Amino acid sequence: MALLSVEDLETHFVSRNLDNEVLVAHALNGVSFAVDRGQVLGLVGETGAGKSLTAQSVMGLLRPPALRVGGKALFDGTDLFELPTDTMNAMRGRDIALVVQNPRTSLDPLTRIGDQLVRIQRVHREISLADARKRAIAMLDAVGIPEPKRRMRAWPHELSGGMAQRVLIAMALINDPKLLIADEPTTGLDVTVQAQILDLLRDLVIDRDMAAIIITHDLGVVAHYCDRVVVMFAGGIVEAGPVGAVFGQPCHPYTRALLAATPERLALGSGRRFGGPPPDLYNLPKGCHYRDRCGHATELCEQTPSFVTVASDHDARCHYAASLKDQPL
Amino acid sequence: MSGPAKNTARPVLLARNLDKHFPAPEHQKIHAVNDVSFAIAEGEVLGMVGESGSGKSTVGRLVLGLLPPTAGTVEFDGKDLAALDARQMRASRADMQMVFQDPWSALNPRMAVGRQIAEPLLLHTKLDRSGRKAKVAELADRVRLPTTYLNRLPADLSGGQLQRVCIAKAIATEPKLIVLDEPTSSLDLSVRAGILDLLADLRRDLGVAMLFISHDLGTVKLISDRIVVLYLGTVVEEGAADTLFDTPAHPYTQALLSAHLPPDPAVKVQRHLLEGEVPSPIHLPPGCRFAGRCPLAIDPCRSALPPLDSVPGDVADHRAACIRIAEGANRLVQPQHQMANP
Repeated sequence: MALLSVEDLETHFVSRNLDNEVLVAHALNGVSFAVDRGQVLGLVGETGAGKSLTAQSVMGLLRPPALRVGGKALFDGTDLFELPTDTMNAMRGRDIALVVQNPRTSLDPLTRIGDQLVRIQRVHREISLADARKRAIAMLDAVGIPEPKRRMRAWPHELSGGMAQRVLIAMALINDPKLLIADEPTTGLDVTVQAQILDLLRDLVIDRDMAAIIITHDLGVVAHYCDRVVVMFAGGIVEAGPVGAVFGQPCHPYTRALLAATPERLALGSGRRFGGPPPDLYNLPKGCHYRDRCGHATELCEQTPSFVTVASDHDARCHYAASLKDQPL
Repeated sequence: MSGPAKNTARPVLLARNLDKHFPAPEHQKIHAVNDVSFAIAEGEVLGMVGESGSGKSTVGRLVLGLLPPTAGTVEFDGKDLAALDARQMRASRADMQMVFQDPWSALNPRMAVGRQIAEPLLLHTKLDRSGRKAKVAELADRVRLPTTYLNRLPADLSGGQLQRVCIAKAIATEPKLIVLDEPTSSLDLSVRAGILDLLADLRRDLGVAMLFISHDLGTVKLISDRIVVLYLGTVVEEGAADTLFDTPAHPYTQALLSAHLPPDPAVKVQRHLLEGEVPSPIHLPPGCRFAGRCPLAIDPCRSALPPLDSVPGDVADHRAACIRIAEGANRLVQPQHQMANP
């Protein structure tokens, strides 16, 4: 059984305009995916596709005007959305950990990093101060921070970007979570540091039999560190499958456009058009949401496509998925 | 980008032995740029790569005269920038332009984008109002920005559209050189592809030379003719883009390129791990800047700075600063970390 199974997640942004009319932005429209123990899932898509919102919805960290209006998040069989606030608060940081995007703003600037690592342990379990400190030093060592004992006394501002990100990962992992959600864990870091952090993440997933979700827009990270990939567009999933299958035989026109736009595959001066505006979430078009940007769109696309299984475990939400499968990019 | 580097062409920019120090607390100095020399030929795209703190952005500002160098000279189009007075400098600025990483903060939020594109025309040309208007429309068309956007404020445009506005501003005076400092780093993949495509077009149609500063190796490889690799404010290697990516000579370049993740799971990645952190630019190591982290370093590496010499047996303009190249001991042969692909 999957460790986390998200079913039909729907999140809306509800606001009112100056005439006091209710406006609803359909930010997530029926997002379903699952992640197993020992597996790294990559969540990709452009800005505004709903990647981070998916993570926040699952973690129960939405704030108005964002509102979850439907769906389930089965974690080890229990629906996280049905849990009382106290139980969810206890699980967050213990069973499910989130590494947010910006290490600089997610560490408490007025607390030494050692104290932050001790604090998060003592909130979630009965542990003596001495033991918590010992574990904190061991964890800093495990994430590759040199002289961990001395670094316990460091202030967040004394750390480089890569160091701060490692401290955040140490904080996320110190309570041995079963699931780690990392939102853009390496954006803004240098490539050499990025590789070290991702190596660390993947080794931990394998060693501890955890599950991890990496949210990123870097297809290189997905290609080399994820087992499965879920491609999002306009608040919905357009394609999902094993990394090798999705990169090797992309079936949804959006996935194909995304892959074609990577510098490695880009042919400059081809006159090809890239991208385009995302659909208006307040007024989503009927049918396929990618229709306006799609080169393959026909009248059929005015009807909402359902998922087409193109290979085992590889699905794409496009009427033409099966015929696109074998076409070169 | 395809097409050979035009090394025979006259250099539009010649940077010689540039040093830049910034003051640090307690009368110390940050050695941001140390003895950097390079040339950009007419119509050439020079990529500049390096990690954060390597001095790439500082070099970009030095060559445009936005920062005065501590030592060294910048010759732009045959003229020494330091010898120009304020009036001459201002006139030269029409020929050198810059595009920044963050288009949101590079534009005036209270001025319609069309007027912002017209500003360089107002400063540097004698066009009258209608002439400027026509030219702005032409520029917008050139950067593929719908002319209906020209009357809007920056807040109404997307990041990719704003970067197009910045590029339109930069090419308004038909410059000879554009410095682009991480122009696509803040943009989504598909938007980035559109901007790169536009830059390639502009380079072909206008023949403008570019200094393309980026830490994204894939992008730099795609757009550059030649590449300069910086480490701790020092050039460690330079050469034609293909040569440098296929046969990097300096151990740092090898490690840097090996950390790049191509977006294709079928490509096997063999990484060279680097120990330690980049040293402090306040107390520079005496010898090779990279010696402290280099698995191939020997004692002479730590005592004297290696010169930037031609790589023997390679094309002439491939140069690297590593003394171990001469003895053929510059290859990080053993990948210390094999990636098992999922």
